[in-house]
Amino acid sequence: MFWRKDKKQDSQAAPVGVIEPVAEKHPEPSLPPREGDRPGETWLSRLGMGLSKSSTKLGQGIADLLTKRKLDQETLDGLEELLITADLGPQTAARVIADFSQDRFGKDLDDNEIKAALSESIARILEPVAVPLAFDRRDEGPFVVLVCGVNGAGKTTTIGKIAHNLQCEGKRVAIAAGDTFRAAAVEQLKVWAERTGSVFLAKDAGSDAAAVAFEAYEAAKRQGVDVLLVDTAGRLHNKSNLMAELQKVIRVLKKHNDNLPHATLLVLDSTTGQNAHAQVETFRDMVNVTGLVVTKLDGSAKGGVVIGLADRFALPIHLIGVGEGIEDLQPFKARDFSDSLVGLQR
Amino acid sequence: MFESLGQKLGKVFTGLRGKGALKEDDVNDAMREIRVALLEADVALPVVKAFIETVKTKAIGQEVIASVTPAQQVVKIVHDALVEMLGSETAELKFTAPPSVYLMVGLQGSGKTTSTAKIARMLSEKQRKKVLMASLDVYRPAAQEQLRQLGAQTDIATLPILAGQKPAEITKRALEAGCLEGFDVVILDTAGRLAIDEEMMAEVALVRDLAKPVETLLVADAMTGQDAVNVAKAFEDKVGLSGIILTRVDGDARGGAALSMKSVTGKPVKFLGTGEKSDALEPFHPDRIAGRILGMGDVVSLVEKAIETVDQNEAEEMARKFQKGQFDFNDLLMQMRQMQKMGGVQSLVKMLPGLGEMASKLDEAGVDDKIIKRQEAIILSMTPQERSKPEILNASRKRRIAEGCGMTVQDVNKLYKQLQQMQTVMKRMKKMGMGKMAGMMQGLMNDKDKEIMAERMQAQGFKGLPGNGGDFLGANPFLKKK
Ligand SMILES: Nc1nc2c(ncn2[C@@H]2O[C@H](COP(=O)(O)OP(=O)(O)OP(=O)(O)O)[C@@H](O)[C@H]2O)c(=O)[nH]1
Ligand SMILES: [Mg+2]
Repeated sequence: MFWRKDKKQDSQAAPVGVIEPVAEKHPEPSLPPREGDRPGETWLSRLGMGLSKSSTKLGQGIADLLTKRKLDQETLDGLEELLITADLGPQTAARVIADFSQDRFGKDLDDNEIKAALSESIARILEPVAVPLAFDRRDEGPFVVLVCGVNGAGKTTTIGKIAHNLQCEGKRVAIAAGDTFRAAAVEQLKVWAERTGSVFLAKDAGSDAAAVAFEAYEAAKRQGVDVLLVDTAGRLHNKSNLMAELQKVIRVLKKHNDNLPHATLLVLDSTTGQNAHAQVETFRDMVNVTGLVVTKLDGSAKGGVVIGLADRFALPIHLIGVGEGIEDLQPFKARDFSDSLVGLQR
Repeated sequence: MFESLGQKLGKVFTGLRGKGALKEDDVNDAMREIRVALLEADVALPVVKAFIETVKTKAIGQEVIASVTPAQQVVKIVHDALVEMLGSETAELKFTAPPSVYLMVGLQGSGKTTSTAKIARMLSEKQRKKVLMASLDVYRPAAQEQLRQLGAQTDIATLPILAGQKPAEITKRALEAGCLEGFDVVILDTAGRLAIDEEMMAEVALVRDLAKPVETLLVADAMTGQDAVNVAKAFEDKVGLSGIILTRVDGDARGGAALSMKSVTGKPVKFLGTGEKSDALEPFHPDRIAGRILGMGDVVSLVEKAIETVDQNEAEEMARKFQKGQFDFNDLLMQMRQMQKMGGVQSLVKMLPGLGEMASKLDEAGVDDKIIKRQEAIILSMTPQERSKPEILNASRKRRIAEGCGMTVQDVNKLYKQLQQMQTVMKRMKKMGMGKMAGMMQGLMNDKDKEIMAERMQAQGFKGLPGNGGDFLGANPFLKKK
């Protein structure tokens, strides 16, 4: 049974956000609070904390390199290495340094001037892709967001966080459990739906993901929901059968309306190195990704690979994840990101 | 996107072909390319630097062997040094007086829970151990439920979930159950945590003190970038590791993180996760990862895998047929099935040196496992006689076969043509003494592909490619075991 609800009641009177549990035999233990959930902490302070944690080392490295002296080749090599350790990759690091040094080679610069200039060079690449995700409804039904990515990238958590943000803006949100493959994926998403007061739409584990998406759209539309977030199973981009399955989800959604899905987000783990290039390229080619979300920036990974991605694919980076808590989602800001990456405090 | 390392090194060494010893200048140029290749493969920078220094000293002054190019020789030196650094032996899991406790740790989303189930399944199926799994992840929604479901799927016991318990309390309960209920191994799956999250690192250290694990395994994603060194070092310092499990090796990441983590912790990579299913766990092969890091595929593992998968009798039977130049639909069917057992066309192609690009070509050409499944269906709707005597296929038989499997006569014709091509290849192979694998690959390729493949093999030749790349699997792997 879809939505595990009595068909007869389904028409109009269906209670919003109340969906029968999906085989809830083992109730979720209550969650002890953890650091990310501390009340009173603002998004910004957490981004600051997260990103600065990851950038102090880089910042320190730059400080070590010079006090005030001529910008010479040795210094540039050192800067390039620092960028490489931030996952920019050898090619992008070399390009950023070349751009940065163009009018500065041989000039006297101090630590802060270096940081500011390097951040400037990086921000210039990132600015065009720092585009917020607009959830404007373009047609009668809900605004549909399909969320995809490799295994463990943070898709489900990101959906929970997005749902929370939307609820705060007064939008009505539905979440569809398109991961019918991984053990307890449905249960995991259901907890997020409950936390955020979203309508939860699911079928049995093992169901066809495309059918889930198709029927979820119908249900969400019927219930007058503003935004429908569709979770999908994690998949490695080089598995053609799994990518075909994702294409099918989209194909089936388009039967409702050719504009669907309105947004297809690729979730990238900032811990990922140069393989992110292959991920973005394949997901973009196969499922028309419209934008990126970069997660786990509260860790020690710097996520510098996005600079090369921005340059090469020019896909918008909408959001960043900075923790496991419900509020740990931030709009992507080019300057904040580049400042943090080079360890610059303004 | 990137020029292959083989090609780049080829350029560095043009003009040097077969002349005396490797000179310092040439080696330095080559090392610049190696450095970029390693960084592109996500090997951490400090590790790259140390590695380059070691290899440089080894390479300078070495005599260039007449039969290989200097580029090939440098690649071989680099490859061997990589293998050495990655650890030459395949490490085994240790046991104590029961229950042996294993602790699984790592970042969020690295694959701990799936790996827990895989290790449990391997121990229970291959070593007849009685295993208990317990999830200490009280943070991520439904994490405990995930492990419970995996246990149910694989018939491995899991510790009953009690709401509201802290990780330390669950640990105690797991140890108690382990003792009382006579489990050989208790595997503790922990919540993902950031290496810089001090509170959470202290939490897992507490669990370690309670459980005194004999194995503490860091589960890390093969896609991990430069941060791998920081993560591995933090877990080694604060928790103490006995080994590493590298996950998502079935992806196309070059896997430099393996080298980074091995060199900063000194702890061996023990297993590779190669798929989402609970049996997709393989022992670590340094050769295989070395080849990947260099972007050169892996011949050795391919041959090993082939030997392991193919039934010896079947193989000998087939080898006899080859000798006679016979090859019918039964053989084709058998090959298709063996190929599937080995992970399908795509994964086989990826394991061959220099064929990374070919994989996408096969994709474009639509040669994938689905096609093989369809071809299998065609053969299955043939009569036994038709299968063993392909030449009796006439128009009406073909029509009947096509109808039987829901495909067109054209499809049947295509398969028949492929069989004939393979018969030709087999005859040629017989002369050259090539393995069946090679035949399989060739049978699936058109002439253009074969050209590309031959070219790339020339450009990339290294260890295991005797001479000129014609005989790329060395010898028939199926006859080797005699
Ligand atoms: N520290 C931190 N952890 C995160 C962040 N986003 C997600 N996570 C954690 O990463 C782990 C995996 O997240 P999921 O949301 O389950 O990832 P997924 O992509 O849905 O995973 P699969 O569905 O299994 O492919 C969980 O433990 C999350 O709590 C983040 O921004 N920061
Ligand atoms: Mg998920």
